[in-house]
Amino acid sequence: MAKNLRWKLLVIIGVIALSVYAFYPPGEKVRLGLDLKGGVHLVMRVQTDDAVRLETETTSDRLREQMKAQNIPGTVVLGSPTEFRVEGISSEQDAAFRQLLTDVDVLFNRTPGAGGYAFTMRPNYANQLREEAVTQALQTIERRVNELGVAEPIIARHSEDDQILVQLPGVTDVGRAKQIIRSTAQLELKLVEQGPFSDETAARQAYNNNLPPDLEILPGTSEGQPGDRPSAVYYVVRRVAAVTGRDLRNSRPTIDENSRPAVNFSLNNEGASRFGNFTQTNIGRQLGIVLDKRVYTAPTINARIDNEGIIQGSFTNQEAADLSLVLRSGALPARLDYLEERTVGASLGQDSIRSGVTAAIGGLVFVMLFMLAYYKLAGFNAVASIAVNLIILLGLMSYLGATMTLPGIAGFILTIGMGVDSNVLIFERIKEELHTAKGVKQAVAAGFDRVFLTILDTHVASLIAAAFLFQFGTGPIRGFATTLTVGLLSNVFTAVFVSRTMFELALSRRQVTKLSI
Amino acid sequence: MDLLRNPNFDFIRWRWHAIAFSLLVILAGAGVIASRGLPLGIDFSGGTLVVVRFEQAVNEHAVRSALEAIPGDKVIQPYGNPADNEWLIRLPLGGPEHDANLEQGAQAVIAGLKAANIGNFELRSQEIVGPVIGRDLQLKGIYATLASIAGIAVYIGFRFRFAFAIGAIAATFHDILVTLAFLAFFNYDLSLNIVAAILTITGYSVNDTIVIFDRVRENLRTTKREPLETVVNRSVNQTLSRTIITAGTTFLSVLALYLFGGEVLEGFAFTMLVGIVSGTYSTVFIAAAIAIILSGKHARGRPTQAVRPASGGRKAS
Repeated sequence: MAKNLRWKLLVIIGVIALSVYAFYPPGEKVRLGLDLKGGVHLVMRVQTDDAVRLETETTSDRLREQMKAQNIPGTVVLGSPTEFRVEGISSEQDAAFRQLLTDVDVLFNRTPGAGGYAFTMRPNYANQLREEAVTQALQTIERRVNELGVAEPIIARHSEDDQILVQLPGVTDVGRAKQIIRSTAQLELKLVEQGPFSDETAARQAYNNNLPPDLEILPGTSEGQPGDRPSAVYYVVRRVAAVTGRDLRNSRPTIDENSRPAVNFSLNNEGASRFGNFTQTNIGRQLGIVLDKRVYTAPTINARIDNEGIIQGSFTNQEAADLSLVLRSGALPARLDYLEERTVGASLGQDSIRSGVTAAIGGLVFVMLFMLAYYKLAGFNAVASIAVNLIILLGLMSYLGATMTLPGIAGFILTIGMGVDSNVLIFERIKEELHTAKGVKQAVAAGFDRVFLTILDTHVASLIAAAFLFQFGTGPIRGFATTLTVGLLSNVFTAVFVSRTMFELALSRRQVTKLSI
Repeated sequence: MDLLRNPNFDFIRWRWHAIAFSLLVILAGAGVIASRGLPLGIDFSGGTLVVVRFEQAVNEHAVRSALEAIPGDKVIQPYGNPADNEWLIRLPLGGPEHDANLEQGAQAVIAGLKAANIGNFELRSQEIVGPVIGRDLQLKGIYATLASIAGIAVYIGFRFRFAFAIGAIAATFHDILVTLAFLAFFNYDLSLNIVAAILTITGYSVNDTIVIFDRVRENLRTTKREPLETVVNRSVNQTLSRTIITAGTTFLSVLALYLFGGEVLEGFAFTMLVGIVSGTYSTVFIAAAIAIILSGKHARGRPTQAVRPASGGRKAS
């Protein structure tokens, strides 16, 4: 018996020590949710159509260039994100045209029509592109958030396939964080055909309202002298970019020749050689530096440039720094839509913690005092199991890396309530057994034995409920289910094992004839 | 110390009155919800919620006129302790053009308050929930709750009798409905935190029910000839001091949370308070009563059928 008891005590002390080790120091190891700590919670949807459309455009652009090179007349028309058509292929050119399609046919289904073909992206390829777009967006956001230096961010897929959840604890400048996460940062260097025009109609009229399909009109800002008010202008540029952000090696904030903040970028080897050739053949023409479909600057190319460029605009220092950050971390493959945004000011989070914790501790102290008053010495037992329960809960939560949120605390309260209930059940049963005039030891043993099944039933039922809540619930409901599960497990341990060991310990020392309960 | 020594109240006698009373409360709640609608928080309805704290006291009229220009049904109300000068501003979901740029509403509120020049303020919290998320949260919350109740029902049906499982489920739904009714009476918005509180009281209520059912099961095994009613009534009485102590301590500690827990916890704690009372009441008057009614008036079945052999370790006394 005594040996048996020593083992039990060792197990209990071991569990307590491990738990304390897991959550100590609590300031570092206990993770607080946004509702308690303050910060931003964002749910975004990746517009995967963008990525699919881009692929369709690139494919059709390449085909158009090849047709031009082979002197095959015909027009390429873009349709929905997954479709484009080629029209006006004469029957004698048909064979030559079809020769160009070896690459295209792998990815697109082709249906012949009158004097041309319709191309539709194969569904599994489109799905693959969508999947990649979300993964890429996730990685890009991760890089950006890391550069922002947020501690313990959460960046993960959210319930639906194309949704991304971002949680940034402790971030105060929400507007800036959102701007950085959201900017697509699609950098393109394109040849300017004509411009600037003062409005879009003028740009169109320069081509007799019949813009060739390989050109597009993009908005921009006029480059006046420093101090001039910038006004909106329009450029006609080549649709196909000479170099894109994919060839970017680095980017950092800098100062331009008018000592205004600007962003400098450098290209990798492949990009540099393409850019070198491009600038060499286009000396004297304008280079459009296009970011997210907007022309930032359109300097004249004076000489061959290999690997460096500068983006000018009316940036503040902060904007230049942020822009170089997003360029460095790579472009988003698609635009993002915000679906949900929650910002909790750090002060509100702290206030709610302070009052919540004070009230919860007040409640606990009350329960403990009541147990001591009502059950006298046995009450110590209950108080000890509540304390051990709390320690194990905190330890397990920290070990699992689970986050404490308000709904999580609800789970805590239910657990503590059930823990107290288990103690009350056992004590009341022991009292009943004592009335039937058994010995103290037998009454205690019978009390624990009889109530064990009840406790098992209540806890298993709650565990089942928690499992379903975790499986089907979202964010906060899952948080509740996690704490509840952890709490129920530690409850069974404390209410049955710890409490019983303490009784046995108290009863093993001497011959007890009366129990203080 | 004993709270009650051998209590012997005839609870089961009042079962029909209790059921009628519960139905009355639930119907009144349903009436309020039907006329005013279940007040949904922005977690479920979507929309924008902004909480600001002013440095000095500001009157409602000033806040209201500062936000005059913003279209839609606005809710403007003081938040938390009046001495904090905190105001809650809630905007409904905008049209489709708004959905593309969710932040618009919140930005308009901040801009409006700044322009009105009614004092410096600090943005305490800002929540924007788009229509997609609101619908998603609503459905998932309902599914999760129903699935967990079904899981509990299967477990109770397996461990006890079928009629008991029905009783427990009826009690659980009773508690959810009564809580919703009280949320409607006192005009609390249904938010995710309140859903967490409802889940908590569901767990609490089931716990309570199982404790009594367990005692009934034990008593059915030791007494052979009494009708089920008597056995249930005795079981309720035997566990009465435990019921009062557990419910009482939990109620008082949640009361502390309600009174001193701050504005964020208030709705949560209120829901728990209602739920604890309802959960304790429903165990006796709904779960046990329905189990008896479904078992037939004097039914008690043959013990071997009524009671599954316990999985050992319990001596009959």
